[in-house]
Amino acid sequence: MNKKIGIHLFLILAAFWMLLPFFWMLSTSFKTQMEALRFPPTIFPAALLFSNYLEAFRQVDFSRYFLNTIIMTAGTTLLVFITSTLAAYAFARLRFWGRDSLFTLFLAMMMIPIPVYLAPSYVILSRLGWIDTFMALIIPWSANVFAIFLLRQHFRMLPQELFDAARIDGLNHLQILRRIVLPLSKAILVTIGIFQIVSNWNAFLWPLIVTHSDSMRTIQTGLAYFSQAESTNYPLLCAASTFTTAPLIIMYFFVQKQIMESYSRTGIKE
Amino acid sequence: MGQRKNRSGYLFILPALAVIIVFRFYPILQAIRMSFFKWGMAGPLEVIGLRNFSRLLADTKFYQSLGNTFWYLVFVVPLTIILSVLFAQLLNQRVSGRGIYRTIYYLPVVTSIVAVSVVWKWIFNPDRGVLNAMFSLFGVEGLKWLNDARGIFEIILAPLNIAPSGFLSGPSIALCALIIMAVWHNIGYCVIIALAGLQNVPEQYYEAAKIDGAGNWKTFRHVTLPLISPTIFYLIITQSIFAFNTFTPVYVMTQPPGGPLGTTKLVVFYLYEQAFKLWNLGYANAIAFAVFIIIFLLTQFQKKFIERRVHYE
Repeated sequence: MNKKIGIHLFLILAAFWMLLPFFWMLSTSFKTQMEALRFPPTIFPAALLFSNYLEAFRQVDFSRYFLNTIIMTAGTTLLVFITSTLAAYAFARLRFWGRDSLFTLFLAMMMIPIPVYLAPSYVILSRLGWIDTFMALIIPWSANVFAIFLLRQHFRMLPQELFDAARIDGLNHLQILRRIVLPLSKAILVTIGIFQIVSNWNAFLWPLIVTHSDSMRTIQTGLAYFSQAESTNYPLLCAASTFTTAPLIIMYFFVQKQIMESYSRTGIKE
Repeated sequence: MGQRKNRSGYLFILPALAVIIVFRFYPILQAIRMSFFKWGMAGPLEVIGLRNFSRLLADTKFYQSLGNTFWYLVFVVPLTIILSVLFAQLLNQRVSGRGIYRTIYYLPVVTSIVAVSVVWKWIFNPDRGVLNAMFSLFGVEGLKWLNDARGIFEIILAPLNIAPSGFLSGPSIALCALIIMAVWHNIGYCVIIALAGLQNVPEQYYEAAKIDGAGNWKTFRHVTLPLISPTIFYLIITQSIFAFNTFTPVYVMTQPPGGPLGTTKLVVFYLYEQAFKLWNLGYANAIAFAVFIIIFLLTQFQKKFIERRVHYE
């Protein structure tokens, strides 16, 4: 029994440290600048001031940044679904010359670290005239090798009889994919969708490089810009940090299991 | 029939293939080409052969950024993994409220690194930050955190009158601040992976160890650890790559960019600076190749020397 109490004490202490930054972010976001600068600091804000939230929205165009992020997320997610289900179906279920070497080439692309892409991608995008457009935010990320890999594995495990029966019924491959394969792949599509949402919402380095103008900023580049513009006004910065992270955290509380699953299988990071 | 089968295969792959070729494959060729050019935003492009690479080999700032990245990785990866295996081991003791702990530990993982950096910069604030306030509660003098360029080995060894300098002085206090934040941010992910590994250990192994009279530590060392070593190996590889690619905290938290005396300038940030602040795109590609080769060698090294000790069932 004593051992259990010891374990709980330890786990609670760890939980305290994990939550502290969130608590501090929330607490600061309600304080006045005056109160925030007091030392030692007050633990809870003197009053619940929502003015910092409104002020942050007034100072920079966060609604625009939200909209841009939603467009980017929706665009890449939709395109990734299309490109990867088609490609995975072909890799898993169709026979054609060069299939396996092409798949190996796809997988090899996952070995290249992101930094290698930065400078050449910028040059390619500027030649296409896409710098500072949604094209630059969406198109380079509209195919996802890992999504193809996960879907291919799943499609290969579906029983052959299903496909034979569908062929006898005269369905073509596109119809088989839409009417039979996709309805049987919901769980894996949810995993990929969550991956897309989280990685787009939190994307920073890419939007930072390929966009310049204020009207093209995403949530993360917008927040970074705001943090440099208002570098000492911590109540404002904490308010902005709170409302930019809130959507994902709320989503996390609803689909926690799927998010963990998605992270574990895809190994996502920034 | 055979012909049609063929054609639909290529048609189905075409959209993904087009994107992969234009935005994944072609950029690599372009990167190789660019690294032989003096490639700026304005002015004529000029072929300069291997001069970008010879410049790289003589660039002390590049070596400093590699040194910083080395310390960052050497602290972040083991700290994150040791702590997460410990937490996972405790969570695996059938404690009540396991789901709640897991939810809390995982929360930072879904939070954007930009927001996290903004908040931790405030926590680390030398004059008004909550961390120094907690220090003062215990009568400990606060640190300058992100503004402090002193290396930690330099501080620890000062009483012994040993003054290591440069690389040997270890990560600066400023870099340690980034290390603390990275451990906090990544630990939840590693806990979940380690917990999954622990739950795969068959119960009878523990029973056998109990019958043999092995204590907690012995059971952990000789039963649990070997059985979850593939999981730990996976974590070492992925966490090393994440650590190596760290960019955002340096960008958001450190002032001047790259920290006091450049002690938080990690190699990817240096690359970014060369490419998109100074517009030395050709030179940035030489750095990118060095990064690629180092990550590749690091992974190979880990495979060769750590994977030997991994027990696959």
